Amino acid sequence: MSDIANVATGATVVALTNVHKSFGPLKVLDGVTFDVARGDVLCIIGRSGSGKSTALRCIDRFETIDSGEIVVCGRKVHDPALDLRALRQDVGIVFQSYNLFPHLTIEENITLAPTCVKGTSKAEAREQARAALAQVGLSDKIQHYPEQLSGGQQQRAAIARSLAMRPKVMLFDEVTSALDPELTGEVLKVIEGLAADGMTMVMVTHEMGFARSIADRVVFMHRGKVHEHGTAAVLTTPTTPELAQFLGTGL
Amino acid sequence: MKINLDFGAILERWPSFVSGAIMTLELAVIATVLGTAIGVLGAIARRSGHPVATRVAAFYVESIRNTPLLVQIFLVYFGLASLGVKFPAFTVAAAALTINVGAYTTEIIRAGFDAIPKAQIEAAEGLALSKPQIYWHVVMLPAIEKVYPALTSQFVLLMLASSVTSQISAEELTAVANYIQSDTYRAFETYILVAIAYVALSLVMRAGFYGLGLVMFPRRRRLGTPL
Ligand SMILES: Nc1ncnc2c1ncn2[C@@H]1O[C@H](COP(=O)(O)OP(=O)(O)OP(=O)(O)O)[C@@H](O)[C@H]1O
Ligand SMILES: [Mg+2]
Repeated sequence: MSDIANVATGATVVALTNVHKSFGPLKVLDGVTFDVARGDVLCIIGRSGSGKSTALRCIDRFETIDSGEIVVCGRKVHDPALDLRALRQDVGIVFQSYNLFPHLTIEENITLAPTCVKGTSKAEAREQARAALAQVGLSDKIQHYPEQLSGGQQQRAAIARSLAMRPKVMLFDEVTSALDPELTGEVLKVIEGLAADGMTMVMVTHEMGFARSIADRVVFMHRGKVHEHGTAAVLTTPTTPELAQFLGTGL
Repeated sequence: MKINLDFGAILERWPSFVSGAIMTLELAVIATVLGTAIGVLGAIARRSGHPVATRVAAFYVESIRNTPLLVQIFLVYFGLASLGVKFPAFTVAAAALTINVGAYTTEIIRAGFDAIPKAQIEAAEGLALSKPQIYWHVVMLPAIEKVYPALTSQFVLLMLASSVTSQISAEELTAVANYIQSDTYRAFETYILVAIAYVALSLVMRAGFYGLGLVMFPRRRRLGTPL
């Protein structure tokens, strides 16, 4: 108990230590170690198949790890006795495919979890939904259904849905990969706003320019390992040939 | 060839037809409501991964789908009788039809559940919703929406199939027709009328499902794409 309190008040929100994970014979995470301090933005970059999504999913226990340790907001994620739903109240996750619930209005999408999980009253949840939508610039879409929104708007609504749960850390997995440049811009602006508000974030991204401007830390993954780890400066002056090559070839 | 039709004697018996039609509709509504409940639970059981629940549900579905409805009705009827309990024919008919349609509904709703993308469920899990909450708020309605036309057909089919409960003297439309034709010796006319009555009942049911769909799926109503 004291353990949890200590870490929770400490500066580290997410910590992976020597994490290993295989899918069958395929080794996907091969001793991954990194941590994220409160208020920091960590960008994970790397080639397709290098294990970025898997690492992110392990943080929210969408994948279980074979060995190593993951501590998130003071909770031992690798512990089989983890209170999964408590973890997921602390962690917000947004995927590439927005995954809004198609049969619910944007407002209902956002109020669902606070009312069901936290027991927030309907009226208060609606108030929070309004605030979250204002934050992502979608106030006028509150009564719309997801299919009436553009991809960028749906993604922003998905971010608002996560924010309404007041998470302590947000995970983003290539949230702009399905969007054209203009829509990408509007989603990235929302994420910038979150960073400015001090939200702790871990994001997998292929937007190098964006990573350069927003990241406090950068993790370059290569063949299941953290191949290079540093500040955003590594994106301009990489120290390993692999990262240099990755950046040189663009994606 | 000349067909001599005379509906006079039959039309005099219209109150019997009406009460038969009402009973048919009652059977259909009861079996639809209870069958849907069984279908939802059965589908959840089949997908649960729980070894016992999965097998019980599979056994139920397969034994119903591979035996004739009439035999199922007799099994319920004589089964209850052999236990020494005597139920009205209507109750037995409703029970047998419910058991029958519940199996088909289980399969239809299971297909609906399977059609919900895994990503939807992950998104809900990521929001810390519990398993029952996910089923109830995220999976159920879109799943039923996806298979709503199949469910509608199944329940209309059930209403038509309820005619075989005349075999255990449930006083539904077909049983009434059987009495009337043997009284009046106007078999062909009687069954023409009965056929028309079934068509009318089908239309009533389809209209009912259409209306229910408007209530259940407000998005489709709003976007102008009702099922
Ligand atoms: N559930 C799974 N079962 C089996 N193999 C998987 C599974 N999920 C991922 N993999 C494999 O693990 C490897 C790493 O996948 P991951 O999704 O983490 O890569 P990524 O770095 O996110 O790539 P991308 O940039 O294409 O999204 C890939 O080879 C992938 O095929
Ligand atoms: Mg990925």
